[in-house]
Amino acid sequence: MTLKFPIYMDNHATTPVDPRVLSAMLPYFTETFGNAASRTHAYGWSAEAAVDDSRDTIAQLIGAESGKEIVFTSGATESDNLAIKGVAEYYKAKGNHIITTTIEHKAVLDSCKRLEKDGFTVTYVNVGPDGLVNPKDIEAAITDKTILVSVMLANNEVGTIQPIAEIGKITRARGIIFHTDAVQGLGKTPFDVRAMNVDLASLTAHKIYGPKGVGALYVRRSKPRVRLSAQMDGGGHERGNRSGTLNVPGIVGFAKACKILIEEGVAEAQKIRALRDRLHKKITDELDAVVLNGSAEHRLPGNLNISFSFVEGEGLMMAIKDVAVSSGSACTSASLEPSYVLRSMGLEEDMAHSSIRFGLGRFNTEEEVDYVAELVVAKVKRLRDMSPLYEMHKAGIDLKSIQWAAH
Amino acid sequence: MAYSEKVIEHYENPRNVGSMDQEDESVGTGLVGAPACGDVMRLQIRVNDAGVIEDAKFKTFGCGSAIASSSLATEWIKGKTIDEAATIQNSQIAEELSLPPVKIHCSVLAEDAIKSAIEDFKKKRAAKQALANP
Repeated sequence: MTLKFPIYMDNHATTPVDPRVLSAMLPYFTETFGNAASRTHAYGWSAEAAVDDSRDTIAQLIGAESGKEIVFTSGATESDNLAIKGVAEYYKAKGNHIITTTIEHKAVLDSCKRLEKDGFTVTYVNVGPDGLVNPKDIEAAITDKTILVSVMLANNEVGTIQPIAEIGKITRARGIIFHTDAVQGLGKTPFDVRAMNVDLASLTAHKIYGPKGVGALYVRRSKPRVRLSAQMDGGGHERGNRSGTLNVPGIVGFAKACKILIEEGVAEAQKIRALRDRLHKKITDELDAVVLNGSAEHRLPGNLNISFSFVEGEGLMMAIKDVAVSSGSACTSASLEPSYVLRSMGLEEDMAHSSIRFGLGRFNTEEEVDYVAELVVAKVKRLRDMSPLYEMHKAGIDLKSIQWAAH
Repeated sequence: MAYSEKVIEHYENPRNVGSMDQEDESVGTGLVGAPACGDVMRLQIRVNDAGVIEDAKFKTFGCGSAIASSSLATEWIKGKTIDEAATIQNSQIAEELSLPPVKIHCSVLAEDAIKSAIEDFKKKRAAKQALANP
């Protein structure tokens, strides 16, 4: 098989649509194209039936009691906004305190920041050096004003899988609503909203080989029933939680993507983990001073986030432009600040600058892994030959002993 | 981010990568930047008795623009007197490489590296003269 370049290893950013998903979607563009809200004819009825079947499939993947608990949105950013702002608004008479973590996605962090401007208080719980939240820290942050805890299922940069079940136990015992942004972990790590006492969960299709532009918010309907204030005004779709004509082909594709994971998710995770471990081993066998960022154990199968000491991440990405990956280096962002996730874990800034995130997925092959490993090893060696820091390290100079002039 | 052709060309074929003996009295060394900021440049010059830069070497930890800026800097200063080399401005480097605004700091760092290497050489030369004419 010939390799197709650039080799895609950025599956945390997005994934290609699985051909089986695309085939499931196509009839809903041209044949079953009705508006799911049209009650007066068969076009509307069949669209609605497809949407309701889709709700049930998605509910099944996350262990929800019913498809009625699935509220469709445009994606996880909207789901996060709806969950956090919707709960805050609805329950504000009960309290004004929210707990989240420092490593959440910006959709969660920025929603919380917005609420702070509106008089809410937010506690941002830090993570350990392994990129994991300690449930005890969540518990310690709870006050009698706490109405919501939001902790992600798995982190998008370092792939760490958070102790959702433990946190769910705490929030349930205290009667606090628990939201999780489950985007990265969905179908890749065990996730069950009932077993884990999750009340709200943000989901998206495009990270699981479904289409972009469609997501969902799981909203628990019983024990306890969670209420939201809608953030969008209009036709009162989705039981009044989210107005807007439903994206029927997208929803059908989302459900098909979930169906594939229900059937193949466990085996797929094993396959991807083996590829990830192969890539990691091939790199560390050939290179010194390579550090894995985040827990090795509690980690998404496809995630390999490593820092190549003495080599700058963007410089390295330029050298491996045949591979699509991402970096925690400042240089890749407009802000010139290195990754806030890596810094929250206490990583030295130079190591954050040296980090590369490989995100393996369904369509990666062993051949691709071998090619990438070889390329990375060769390019890191080349860049280290050009790095004054590596030369100093080899000469036994402690880089921390030097007075660097920050610029 | 899209790089200019010149940045890519210097990045892929960097000129004058290497090291000189820092203790050599005809060598000036400039080490600028900080690992925490994601860029460190080390630029070295070998200066003859006439004050002409005979050779220049660099090693850089940084992005493609940082590597290209230092590579270009070594190319430009070779054959110049230290006084001529000291007049090189970061804006000239940025213009030559068509650096985007977020990468201007790479050219600033290259200018700093040239100045710092020259300063180091001048310091060594002054110390040597002080020894010769106490």
